[in-house]
Amino acid sequence: MSLKISGIVEFIRMHRDEIMKDWIDRFNKADAQSISAESDQIDQAIAAEYVNILIEWSKNKEDEFSRKIHEFSKRIVQLDWPMDKIAQCLHTFEKILFAKLLEKQIPGDPLELLSEIEKVTSPVNREVFLQYTSSYERTINLQKMALQELSAPLIPVFDSITVMPLIGTIDTDRAKRIMENLLKGVVKYRSEVVLIDITGVPVVDTMVAHHIIQAAEAVRLVGAKSLLVGIRPEIAQTIVNLGIDLSQITTKNTLQKGIEAALEMTNRKIVSMGERR
Amino acid sequence: MDGQSCVMIMNEWDIVAARQLGRHAAKELGFGAVDQARITTAISELARNIYHYANGGKIYIDKIEEKEKKGIKITASDHGPGIPDIRKAMEDGFTTSGGLGAGLPGVKRLMDEFYIDSKTGEGTVVQVVKWLR
Ligand SMILES: Nc1ncnc2c1ncn2[C@@H]1O[C@H](COP(=O)(O)OP(=O)(O)O)[C@@H](O)[C@H]1O
Ligand SMILES: [Mg+2]
Repeated sequence: MSLKISGIVEFIRMHRDEIMKDWIDRFNKADAQSISAESDQIDQAIAAEYVNILIEWSKNKEDEFSRKIHEFSKRIVQLDWPMDKIAQCLHTFEKILFAKLLEKQIPGDPLELLSEIEKVTSPVNREVFLQYTSSYERTINLQKMALQELSAPLIPVFDSITVMPLIGTIDTDRAKRIMENLLKGVVKYRSEVVLIDITGVPVVDTMVAHHIIQAAEAVRLVGAKSLLVGIRPEIAQTIVNLGIDLSQITTKNTLQKGIEAALEMTNRKIVSMGERR
Repeated sequence: MDGQSCVMIMNEWDIVAARQLGRHAAKELGFGAVDQARITTAISELARNIYHYANGGKIYIDKIEEKEKKGIKITASDHGPGIPDIRKAMEDGFTTSGGLGAGLPGVKRLMDEFYIDSKTGEGTVVQVVKWLR
């Protein structure tokens, strides 16, 4: 006759202190060489909470139980351990528990014991990993949003003149956003001239060029003018090699020259107030 | 980096990875800023074609040496639908996707040597070389 789940839980309850001590010792020792900071060690409180959950899970009502697992998982995620370390820690618990069961000569087929142990621990472990992945997905999504906000900024520099400085790689998503923001900006700031600064764009291939051409055309259609500035010399040469025709687009080599041109196009000019000393 | 390196092209970010690898190799070989830009742009075109038309493939980057000459060789290989009419595809402005159609002919002008082989239903291989001078 083998030990059923309730038996395992009972066993954990009876030998709780021993199991916990072994678990903490074994895990923290195995980990000692790599990391020694306090925060990297599994502490008494967390170990106790885990064991408590295992012991109480059969007693608790379903939703009470899942709330507890949920809270525990959150705490684990907050430790900020790498996934493999969490896995190793939880696995160590199973190994310790198994060793204890054998040590106390609990009757039953060892293989079956292992699978019973797994039935006890897996609902909790599963929730821990679910929490872990969803917390990382959240982080990645937030960073994605932050990046998107930075991806096509529009800066009104003078009345009716705006600048869009582009830095970094332009992919399809970003190209779409550039176009949208340019058009929105023209309306919102009542721009007559928009300057697209590509000083920080590492590669201008035919796709990027195509998007720039389309954006300039769209700006023209809403009644404004666009200026392309910041074409580095090596980029200018590759554009020529590629055979891309940018003759329909006004270009200036620096942002400063572009702004001067934009002021001129809107009948203005920067003048100095008399002589500087 | 020695010998050959390879990047699988599955999504748009792999194109950036292939470009960076190529730029790094070109810099190591001693190519100047303009040639680095040419090589990187050529990789970008070939990788994007793989991503766009072949639904995945590979970019290989080799440093090569031949009779006192040093250079970089880029090989773009895929098992996509192939190009039915290579001569047409090499014409400036020919595109089946509403692009600029300047990719393949542009790459040929950006680099020193250009080979293309494509079979309908089997895939496409484009190999280009830039020599250091
Ligand atoms: N790897 C490829 N597999 C299949 N077709 C391709 C591949 N590369 C290019 N082509 C075909 O050749 C045409 C021309 O390519 P290209 O010169 O890069 O211009 P574009 O990508 O702007 O259309 C493409 O429109 C496409 O039909
Ligand atoms: Mg192309």
